[in-house]
Amino acid sequence: MMSTTRRGALVLGGAVIGGAVLGMPRTAAAKNDAEDLIKAFTGGASVAKGKVKLDLPDIAENGNTVPLAFTVDSPMTADAHVVAVLVVAEGNPRGGVATFHFTSDTGVAEASTRIRLAQTQNVVAVAKMNDGSFFSDTRQVKVTIGGCGG
Amino acid sequence: MSTPAPRPRIRLDKKEAKAGDLIEVKALVAHIMESGQRRDKDGNVIPRKIINRFTCEVNGKLVFACDLEPAISANPYMQFKFKAQESGKVVLTWIDDDGSKIVGEETLTVS
Repeated sequence: MMSTTRRGALVLGGAVIGGAVLGMPRTAAAKNDAEDLIKAFTGGASVAKGKVKLDLPDIAENGNTVPLAFTVDSPMTADAHVVAVLVVAEGNPRGGVATFHFTSDTGVAEASTRIRLAQTQNVVAVAKMNDGSFFSDTRQVKVTIGGCGG
Repeated sequence: MSTPAPRPRIRLDKKEAKAGDLIEVKALVAHIMESGQRRDKDGNVIPRKIINRFTCEVNGKLVFACDLEPAISANPYMQFKFKAQESGKVVLTWIDDDGSKIVGEETLTVS
């Protein structure tokens, strides 16, 4: 009789602690604003898949410096060119990574840089065309050592 | 703020080109890119200090620019291309959060 109540108390206690630990990351982590940044960039316009090719490693051993490259399929003439490309990271403390700006004088819409990724996550590139249409590509990167720690 | 402005490393894949050729630019500058999310030993937030804007102008005409966020790695690297149209100066500018600028320059000859 005594032992069953004690076990019951332990199970109950364990469940409470377990729940608190599991619940913590969700409540403690600030919301990543990647989605809001895309909305602000597109002004709510719909984004189609395609035209953008995002190049990132499948696995990044060091999240402090992950090579990122992209190309956007566009003739880059005065009539049809890429205006800007927004890159966001869905799993970083903040979503923003960079915004690249192009003109018809750029000649080709491509660029590469090195970025920080805190953890395994999706990286999204959204291209804005001069006619107001938007295209995107998403790549998942597995990160072994995060790049935003202190 | 006594540290001198770092000298950027800039490479054009060709310095002599025909009109219409694509010129590839690779540029690197030494900068801590402090994200503003890290804390020191006492738990105080280390203030953000990053390069927040990079531009490339050819004879004063903007051909490429980038707005950088703290998620860009330290010593930011930029690689891009532009279409050669006329001879002149290729000027790359990095703008710091504190307003200071790092400027690098190359000369391009277009035939």
